[in-house]
Amino acid sequence: MIHFVLLISRQGKVRLTKWYSPYSQKERAKVLRELSGMILTRGPKLCNFVEWRGYKVVYKRYASLYFCMCINQDDNELEILEIIHHYVEILDRYFGSVCELDLIFNFHKAYYILEEILLAGELQESSKKTVARLIGAQDSLVEDAKEQASSIKNMIAQATK
Amino acid sequence: MAGPSLMDSLFQRSLDDIIKGVRLCPPGTEPTFIAKSLDEIRREVKSTDRQTKAIALQKLTYLHSLHGVDMSWAAFQCVELSSSSAHSHKRIAYLAASLSFNPSTTDVILLLTHQLRKDLSSSSVHDVSLALSTLSSICNPDLSRDLTPELFTLLSSGKPFVRKKAIAAILRVFEQYPDAVRVCFKRVVENLETTDVGILSAVVGLFCELAVKEPRSYLPLAPEFYKILVDCRNNWILIKVLKIFAKLAPLEPRLGKRVVEPICEHMGRTGAKSLAFECMMTIVSSMSEYESAVKLAVGKVREFLLDDDPNLKYLGLQALTMVAQKHMWAVLENKELVVKALSDVDVNIKLEALRLVMSMVSEDNVMEICRILISHAQKSDPEFCNEILGYILFTCSRNFYEVICDFDWYVAFLGEMARIPHCQKGKEIETQLIDIGMRVKDARLELVDVARSLVIDPALLGNPFVHGVLAAAAWVSGEYVALSRNPFELVEALLQPRTSLLTPSVRSVYIQSAFKALIFCIWSYGKLNGDDASDPSALTELVAKCHLEGNSETVACESLSDTEVDNANMVIAGGQMSSASSRKYHLTKESLEGLVNLVGTNLGPLAGSDEVEIQERASNVLGFIELMKPELYGHLGHTEGNGMKGKLEASEVVKLMFDVFSEELGPVSLSAQEKVPLPDGLVLKENLSDLEAICSDVKFPLSTSFSLVHSQIMEKDTASSPECKEESGPSTESTSLLAEHRKRHGLYYLPSENKGTTFNDFPPAHEPKDKTIDEAEDLAKLTEESLIIKKKQNQVKPRPVVVKLDDGEGLNVAVEKSKVKTDLISGAVREVLLGNEATTSSSRSKSSNKSSKRREVDRIPESGNDIVNTAISERSNVGSGRRKHQTHLSSGKEKEQHDHKGKQKRDSRHHKHKSRQRADGAMNIPVQSPVIPDFLL
Repeated sequence: MIHFVLLISRQGKVRLTKWYSPYSQKERAKVLRELSGMILTRGPKLCNFVEWRGYKVVYKRYASLYFCMCINQDDNELEILEIIHHYVEILDRYFGSVCELDLIFNFHKAYYILEEILLAGELQESSKKTVARLIGAQDSLVEDAKEQASSIKNMIAQATK
Repeated sequence: MAGPSLMDSLFQRSLDDIIKGVRLCPPGTEPTFIAKSLDEIRREVKSTDRQTKAIALQKLTYLHSLHGVDMSWAAFQCVELSSSSAHSHKRIAYLAASLSFNPSTTDVILLLTHQLRKDLSSSSVHDVSLALSTLSSICNPDLSRDLTPELFTLLSSGKPFVRKKAIAAILRVFEQYPDAVRVCFKRVVENLETTDVGILSAVVGLFCELAVKEPRSYLPLAPEFYKILVDCRNNWILIKVLKIFAKLAPLEPRLGKRVVEPICEHMGRTGAKSLAFECMMTIVSSMSEYESAVKLAVGKVREFLLDDDPNLKYLGLQALTMVAQKHMWAVLENKELVVKALSDVDVNIKLEALRLVMSMVSEDNVMEICRILISHAQKSDPEFCNEILGYILFTCSRNFYEVICDFDWYVAFLGEMARIPHCQKGKEIETQLIDIGMRVKDARLELVDVARSLVIDPALLGNPFVHGVLAAAAWVSGEYVALSRNPFELVEALLQPRTSLLTPSVRSVYIQSAFKALIFCIWSYGKLNGDDASDPSALTELVAKCHLEGNSETVACESLSDTEVDNANMVIAGGQMSSASSRKYHLTKESLEGLVNLVGTNLGPLAGSDEVEIQERASNVLGFIELMKPELYGHLGHTEGNGMKGKLEASEVVKLMFDVFSEELGPVSLSAQEKVPLPDGLVLKENLSDLEAICSDVKFPLSTSFSLVHSQIMEKDTASSPECKEESGPSTESTSLLAEHRKRHGLYYLPSENKGTTFNDFPPAHEPKDKTIDEAEDLAKLTEESLIIKKKQNQVKPRPVVVKLDDGEGLNVAVEKSKVKTDLISGAVREVLLGNEATTSSSRSKSSNKSSKRREVDRIPESGNDIVNTAISERSNVGSGRRKHQTHLSSGKEKEQHDHKGKQKRDSRHHKHKSRQRADGAMNIPVQSPVIPDFLL
């Protein structure tokens, strides 16, 4: 199973963290520090796996972002690389040639998409189309609500209640 | 503080504002900006307006997940917002909850139970999916228990999208609340027969996780998995199924036979590397007895190794490491590729190759492998060089140097390693040099040689990484100075000016070793002149005697007499030719005087050193020289009378010191203390005032103790081989004050019987952590050892004896981890899978169980009876498990009754009860299907 997913920029800025195993806030900060130190220093054309505290971390760089997933020793690294690629493709399709800024300003969307792909550290949905459809449906739900909520009339009514 | 107002809602900063703000912060001001935003958020989050609250929470989530801000204080607000009817709010609330709640410490999770239940039974799939993914990340035992009925319903939901999420989420519920297995497992199993890829993927993933923890319980499901393996064309699912089979196959031999073929087929057919890799790993890890399959897999491994993709190369090496455990030929076939990988650009690949190479090390090839590796180390970058050295040192020293036969080679090799410019493994080399010195008597001569070359090289003193090695070398050359070719040269080397570069602790070792060497020189000189100055061979005899003494112990106890004596003879012969003659040349009064002067002038300034260790040792030596000088000069001037007296005293002191230094330390096993039974009358916590009397006793005889020691030494000298005597009898081993003290206060010492179990009398330099060890096991080991030694004796070149203390190898790794939860899960699983048949035989004992199983394996299967056998045997396991569960269950219920008095809760219990009954009902009907594995026959 996947223990956590990290997105780290080339400069070491964290863009997304999702933990499927329990880590305290302190441990999380430590993990981030250790791993970004290990992974960002690795040059191109090297293998995409690093060993870390008895686990394996599979990472892959897309543009300026490193996508990292931590798995057990006996998990399949190539499968995880495919999952990462799968996630990136879905992001790409959703945002329309995704870039780091998209993820920065829509960090919550990146989470929602990830939740459709992975659940409890396991791959949930292997069809890109299905994920896109689901996310689209959820977004439209949100849009409706937003329209309703953002009308000033509604706001004033709320406030003066 | 102003309450949340209209202004807050109208002018609330959006998420974008915060993100932009953080990004635009000049360096260093980010924390202030975040703190300011947090203040705002704190206010906003209390707003009654849901939208305001939602945005505040979203901003907080952003700061929490990406900037590590604590948001535990907002947990209640998450719960509040989750009850909003708007999906957008719910989404934000649940995201915040799943990212920030800690299942074991966040107490408001309980307040979320109701909302989750509502959402799990909501008609909107999106709400359900949100609730499921939240549940999977914040699951705790209470939550699991309370929501099991809802999950049970969802497991057969008509919407595949919901069902697959429910299946994935239930893994966490099982982990937290094993009783849920009883309720839900049947439905989970039913999902194995679905045609929907998403659901199948989820359920196979679930079983994969479960099987990793306790595979045996899932054997009855093998037919289903087999069907998937053969029919499914989805790589994601196939990988998971293969993982399951990798766990199941070792438990049931017939299973491996059955699945190995389809796996090979998949491996040959698939174009996906991930699937090919999984097939490969499954075969090499769990089906290594099927030669043809392994051959195929190794062929695939070779493909990986030859590929340009570094990922495949890395994984290929990993797979090869796994094959190597049982099929060494696979590595030999790919030897050149592995060696090539040692010089890859990627450190990880190099490391993997190194591990693989080291896993091949054996007695026969250790020298060759080490030679290859060391040449690689010299070419590599410092970091990898040290990795290599570390691996070599570790492998060679493993289990008391079991792979090393030729210690002379190894000792020289250690010296060579220390000289590699990038070497940072000084600490380890240091330990091993001393360790070998103490454990392997036969290696000492070579060791002294190596140490000499290390100590004498002025260039090494400048490298702080080898200081440890130098300390060891200095110690070795001081301790075994009797084996040294030229002690004069040694003293010079130990006192060379560049030693000022050493750290104080190392330097004090140097001084002490120089002292030992000096004493040895003076003593030899005294012996030479005192005993029989005219006899030119006196010294050589002396040397010979030293060697004999050194070796006699070994001779006596190891019965390697022939070779030993030969060795000793050789040394004597050699000594007569070269070393002894050269020493004789040096050993004149003038040279000795020169030596003393050299020591005096070099150590003089150090008596005023700031470092206490150095200062003290230097002062000791200087004091000794002061004592000696009159005698030396007296000798020179031929002044009798006075001189005689001085000489007597001085030579006595020299003798004394020499004996002190030539005394080998007695053995103390690390765990010796533990073995001492607590004497009856001993009260450890009592006041120790009576010890004062004993201590004052000790002080008194200090002055007289010299004579005591002296007499004992005399005795020892007259004995032909005193060490030998010491070996054979359990007499008190020390000739010093210690012995006297021991005699008097034996109570505070270890009983000497301890020695009986020890193999020889040397302290372990570094011993693995002390473990309590079975005596019987110990004995078995010892006999084994002696067997090995005897066997080796017949070889051309016998492996020298490596002294081991009793414990250390019998690593009773206590793997008694509490696996209660896993046990509970698997117990429940078995019960569900086999439960309905369990009408009888719960009284069967475990042993009968085993025997029936063995029978079953032996017999060639004729019909389905066999499986029933397995079923029965497994069922009786369940019998005991069930009782436990029942108590567990009932206690759970009691707790429930205690806790929940609200109407709602009681409703839920009712509900749950119903669902459990339903589950029981469901169990009654199709129970046979998973148990009858048609394909196994």
